[in-house]
Formats: sequence, C-alpha cells, structure tokens
Amino acid sequence: MSVPERGPLSEPASEQSALWLGDTPDEEWTPPGKTPVGAGRTLMLEMAARVLFPTVLVFSAYLLLVGHYGPGGGFSGGLVAGLAFVLRYIAGGGSEGAEIVARLHIRPRQLAGGGLTLAVLTALAPMLFGQPALTSAKLSAQVPVIGELDLVTSLVLDVGVYLLIVGVVLELIRSLGAGIERDARDAEEPAR
Amino acid sequence: MNAVNLSMTVVLAVLYSVGFYLLLQRSLMRVLLGIVVLGHGTNLLLQLIGSPPGRVPILGIALPSEFTDPLPQALALTAIVITFALTTYLLALGYRSWVLVGHDEVQDDLEDRRIAQRERPEASMGEETTGEDDAEDDPGSAAASGDPVDPADVGGER
Amino acid sequence: MSSLVTLPVLLPILGSALTVLAGRSARVQRVIGVVVLTAVSAVAVALLAVADRSGPVVAEMGGWPAPVGIVLVADRLSALLLLISTLVTLAVLVYAIDQRIADYGREAASTTFHPVFLLLSAGVSLAYLTGDLFNLFVAFEIMLAASYVLITRRTNASRIRSGMTYVTVSLTSSLLFLTMIALIYGATGTVNMADLAGRIGELPTGLQTVLGLLTLVVFGIKAAIVPLHFWLPDSYPDAPAPVTALFAGLLTKVGIYALLRTQTLIFPDDRPSVVLLVLAGLTMIVGALGALAQDDLNRLLSFLLVSHIGFMLFGLAVFDAAAVAGTALYIVHHITVQATLFLVSGLITRRTGTVSIEAMGGLARMSPWLAVLFAVPALTLAGIPPTSGFVAKLALLQAGAGAGAAATLAAGVLIVASLLTVYAMARVWVRVFWGAVRPPLPDPDPTDELVVGTARTAKPMYVATGALVGVSIAIAVAAGPLSAITARAGHDLLDRGPYRTAVLDVEPLR
Repeated sequence: MSVPERGPLSEPASEQSALWLGDTPDEEWTPPGKTPVGAGRTLMLEMAARVLFPTVLVFSAYLLLVGHYGPGGGFSGGLVAGLAFVLRYIAGGGSEGAEIVARLHIRPRQLAGGGLTLAVLTALAPMLFGQPALTSAKLSAQVPVIGELDLVTSLVLDVGVYLLIVGVVLELIRSLGAGIERDARDAEEPAR
Repeated sequence: MNAVNLSMTVVLAVLYSVGFYLLLQRSLMRVLLGIVVLGHGTNLLLQLIGSPPGRVPILGIALPSEFTDPLPQALALTAIVITFALTTYLLALGYRSWVLVGHDEVQDDLEDRRIAQRERPEASMGEETTGEDDAEDDPGSAAASGDPVDPADVGGER
Repeated sequence: MSSLVTLPVLLPILGSALTVLAGRSARVQRVIGVVVLTAVSAVAVALLAVADRSGPVVAEMGGWPAPVGIVLVADRLSALLLLISTLVTLAVLVYAIDQRIADYGREAASTTFHPVFLLLSAGVSLAYLTGDLFNLFVAFEIMLAASYVLITRRTNASRIRSGMTYVTVSLTSSLLFLTMIALIYGATGTVNMADLAGRIGELPTGLQTVLGLLTLVVFGIKAAIVPLHFWLPDSYPDAPAPVTALFAGLLTKVGIYALLRTQTLIFPDDRPSVVLLVLAGLTMIVGALGALAQDDLNRLLSFLLVSHIGFMLFGLAVFDAAAVAGTALYIVHHITVQATLFLVSGLITRRTGTVSIEAMGGLARMSPWLAVLFAVPALTLAGIPPTSGFVAKLALLQAGAGAGAAATLAAGVLIVASLLTVYAMARVWVRVFWGAVRPPLPDPDPTDELVVGTARTAKPMYVATGALVGVSIAIAVAAGPLSAITARAGHDLLDRGPYRTAVLDVEPLR
C-alpha cells in the first residue's frame, strides 16, 4: 500500500504497519453476495449479524433522536451504531485469507473529524446571534401525518457526537481489530 | 449529606482496594483492570453520594421532591466516557508493548537505575571525563534502538 | 464580551477537528494550527485587558446561570496564564512544524500530531478558564489524553516504558480527582467553585482538612510535587523535544494553577501553611540535587523543573497577597523559560547526536548562536539579576521573608535551591559548550525524533526558540506592569470577592 503524499522518512518502523498509516478502510464487512471463504466462519453468527445489523442501526437512530428528553443521545446512539459494525466485523471481518476489499467507503477519521466539526460549530453558532455558546433553540412544527414535532437545535450537536463516536469505533475496529489481525498474519507468513 | 448504607460502603471498599492492588502490579493488563475496577468504584461512589438508591429518575413521571439527583449521574456518565476512551488507549499501548518488547510489563527506568548504581556522582565541573563513562558508546542507542532491555543488567548498559 | 471566554476552548477543538478532515494536506494542517493559536492569543490579550479593567469575565454555557450551569471565568490570573501559555504553545508548534519538515519532508501530513496538539491546547485553556470543579476534571482529561498520545507517538521500547509510567500515574490521579469531586459534592451539594467557596466553611473542620489534603494529593501528582514527582523525570525525557517542551511548560503549571485556584478559593487560610512550606522546601531541594546527578540533559532539565515547582508552591504556602502574586509571576516566567530550555535541548541534541552531557563538548565554538540561545534561558532560570527569573524570585523572597519563622526558613531553602540551579546550569555550560570540540555522533536511528544527531536543523527552529527567548526577555523588560497585574491578581485571589460576585451575583464573604 503506497501513500504518495508522505515524505521518504515518513514511515518509520513503528508506523509501517497499516495500523497507523493511510486511513482507507480495508476490512471485509460480509458484503452481500460475497461470503468470505476460509476457516473461522460461524453460520449462526453471520445470519444473525445480517438480520440484526439494520435493526441495531435503526435503534441507534432512535436513541439519537429521543436523546434530548429521554435516555439516549449522540454518545449512546453512536456507541450502539458502532456495536452494529463491531458485530458485523466479528461475524465476517476476521476471515482469514479473504481478499481485502474496501466495501465501506467511509474513512473513519474523516467521519470522526466531520462529526467533531459539526458539534463545535453547533456550539459556536448561538454566539453569532448574541447568545451564550451552546444555547439551544426549540423549533415546533406541525407535520401532517406524525403530528406536532419538536426539534431542538442541540440535536445537531448530538448528530455531530454520533458521527464522532461511530468514526472512533470504526477506527478502533480498523486499527485494533483488523490491524492486529494483519500483524498476526504477517508474523505467520515467513514461517510458511 | 445523606447516609450511605453499609453494604454499599463495603462494596466501595472492595472495589477501591482491588483497584489499587491491581494498579501496583507489573503487567499493564492488570494495571488496566485495576483502573477499570477503580473507575467503577468511583462511579459507584458518585451515584451513592447523589441520593439514596431507589428514587425516581428525572423524567417528569413523579413529583420533583421524589426525583433522584441528576447531577451525579451526569458526572458519572462523563467519567464513564473518559474511562472508556482511556481504557482503549491502554489496550492499544499494551498491544504495542507486546509487539515491540514481547510482553506488557511496566519497566524500570534504566537511566535512573544507572545513576543510582553509580558509585561517585560525577557532578564535578571542569575536569575531563576519564573515559569511564564511554562517551563513544553512543548513549542514545539504548533508548532509541527499541531492543527489549532487561532491567537486571542495567549496570552494563550504555 | 462574555462570549469571548469560550473561544480559547472551542477554537482549538474546531481546529483539531478541521486538521483531522484535512488529514491529507500537511500545508492546510499547518495553517490551521498556526491561525487558531494566533487567534486564541489575540482573544487572551483582549480577555486580560477586560479582566484587568473591569473584573472577571464570565460566560454561562447554554445560558444556564451558575451554580446550576457550567461557567467559564476569566479573571486576571487565568487570562494572564492563558496568554502566556498560548504564546508558548504557538512557538512550540512552529518549532515542531519545522522539525517535522526537516525530518519527514514538506508533504508529511499526520492525522494524529496536529489534532492532538490543538486538543491539548484546548484542554489547557479550559483548565485555566473553568469555574467548575468537574469541568476542571474534564479539562485535565482532555489535556492528559492528548499528552498520552503525544508521548507515545512513534513508539519504541523506551517510549512505551515511559508512556506506561506516565499514563498509569496520571490515570490514578484522575480517579482520585473524581473521588474528591464525589466527596465534595456529597458534602456540599455543588461543584461550582465560587459556590463551594461559600459552602466549604460550613463543614466540620476535620472534613475540610480531609478534602483539602485530597486536593493537595490530586493536584500534587499533576504538578509533580515531591514526593509525588517520581513519574516526571522518568517519562518526560523520552518524548521528542517540542512535546517535552510543551509538557514541561504547561502541564505541571496547570497543576500548580489548579492548586492555587482551589487552595485560595475553596480552602483559604490566613497564615502560612507549614505542610505546604515543608513540601515546597523538599521539592526545591530534591529536584535540584536530583538534577546534579544527571548525565542526560533532558533528565537534568526535568529535575530542575521539579525543583522550580517547589518555588511556586512556596508562594502559595506563605499565603498572603504578595506571595501569591509572586507565584503567579513565577508561573508566567517559568512557563516560558522551561519550554525554551527544552527546545534548546532539542537543538543541542540535533547538533551533537546525543543527550549525554559527558559526550558533548565545544559546542560554543561549533555553533555560537546555540550557545546564546542556551545562555539566556539558563541565566533566566537561575535567576541572575536582569532576567525575569530574578524579578519573580525576588517577589517570592520578599513575600516570604516577613511571614514568620517557617516561611523564612523555606525562603533560605529557596536561595540554596537557586544556587544549586546555577551550579547545574554552569555544569551544563562547562561540559557542553566549553572544552574540546567533539564530532557529532552518528544518528543511531534516523526515524527517531529524540536523538536525531547530525540531522539538518531548519532555521525556523532556531527562530521559534529565539522568539521564546524574546518573550522571556520581554517579561523582564515589562516586569513593572506585569508585577502590577500579578499583584492585583494575588489580591483578587485572596479576597475572593470579585470572583464570587462575578460568577454568582452574591455579596462578598467575610
């Protein structure tokens, strides 16, 4: 894997492993139509992961939305969404020998950075209107089918936190999960 | 101030003592567990100190006088987030240690040991070194080479 | 006006997020870092001006008033420390940027260094500005989490070792901090510091003592007060020069600031505290003697750092307005000079290829500019008359001399420790800058930032270090107005009135 934008000395031994280098995702996420071949598969877990994955994501969105008045919020929502990805990774990501394909076109660090930017901007925004930082306003609207809808601007902050946490969990999967597996594989290679 | 019941006090004492005991271990994994246990102890303390157990959460489903104090919960939540982040960091650190050194034990500071074992402090100024300290031996190499160094043979290092 | 107070915290976090997004362009990252820190410096100047003219500036987060909501408060002390810290951070960033360019090339972007660096700056700002004990904990955690990453970047065996020590000790003190907050909240029902100032006095004396001592232990670990200093010389020398400079300049000082704030605001005293005086004396002496035994230049400087923490603690221990003002002045002086010395140590290491004093020699002939850059901060740290170190030390001594037998004794220890500092600095000078010229040692590991030997040193690294030397000279030149500000700050700290009325809208205590 080459990273062109780095200088000649930019890849010391400790950073040479993809663990720290480029941030392109390269793990297997049990993509539809392509099942990993190799040992270590658990049919039950794979099926369960496929069924649960969207459900858990929807639940995380629910937690994100109710967070202002009820239990939930950006952090817990983000963690639950992150857990969905962890489940998927455990079910299919660790399969040995599978061709590494980047299926999920998200760079975890960019996601985290974007989430943090959104959150800080939301915190700063009220100051443009002469209010103290982090002040939130409430918008009420009549939506035809649902009924009355209350939206607070701090929801945007929560969305930022949500994205940040999902990004961090994906980064953890990439560096500590897939990265360690790759290290282990690399360590085995010479022995063969 | 409200009273904390005895069983919870005992639980707190156990969590704190187990946590500190584990902190004193050599292996980073045990230190990590110690920090997790200690974190739990602290969070439990935060909860107990807020209001007695069994009160209603602040959700608008009871009278305000029956609410539990929400602030310690908010504090504990923040503390949990921070402990969570630092725990993953320590795991990564332990892994790097395992990759680089082959174990995850917290090492002694070699330079410190070397100075402690030196017979006469060479703090005198002006006089030239008598080659005893081997300046040619490249003092930076021990720190920079990344080799696993046994703390036992500190005297001969550098 | 009050919204300005949030900017020193939010701007670096925003910058941190943006540098992550700009993870592929080193140039954009550099621009963001420098622009953000310059902006924060400007804000800090404005805050200092306003706070000095019309009292503490308070910002209520989300419009919730204290003590329910979280407040950020900029009074004279915090605005002054914020200003000097940001200036030092900016200089260190410029140094680090140029070191990165020299070592890794102009295009080397990093998704860790810049974001984490700015996050650390945000944590430091929050620690100075927060008016809430729990928020202080959060500030420490932001700051420390960033420092963990900085100290273990580009890991090798020795950095892993120092990282483990550092992280374990810091985490332990953080958990003790949290325990302390829980106990204080349980006893008083508030974590707002201005509110606590009024409520702690209602508690039984024994409980007050316990809470005060717990605070001392928690912040004592962060500030590296003997006997809680052991982690510092073990861990700091293993990080690259800019990182060590930043840590030495800011992190321990934030610990001292927290101690200063909590002891004056929450646990006030009306006479010198013997416990603190003993600790201050021990810290001065143990640090200075430790420095004499060292051969590693960075370790020597780390021990001197510990020693001078004792100087700052001394002012707090004497506990009158003049002494506390002396401590504030000393913090301002020491942040600058200690960071400069570590940057110079980085330059020396690059020139000679070693950190061992015994292996260096004749550097004054090899690079006279380096000698000048070292001599000025070394004399400043030692407190030789025209420098800022002398001004600050004099303020401390004057305050200490008239405050009873114990304080006078500790002032004597302070003089001894100063002499030992002079001795340590003279020893470095004789070994490193005089003597026979020695050829630089070959670079043992080209990828390691700590011992780079013979590597090219970019000119801007000298310029950044020189700028910090300039700041410390400026402190000496502007000693008059500066000590007037710190005198007012010291008075504010002991009076507590302006701070409490600004935060809480209540009548002054006593």
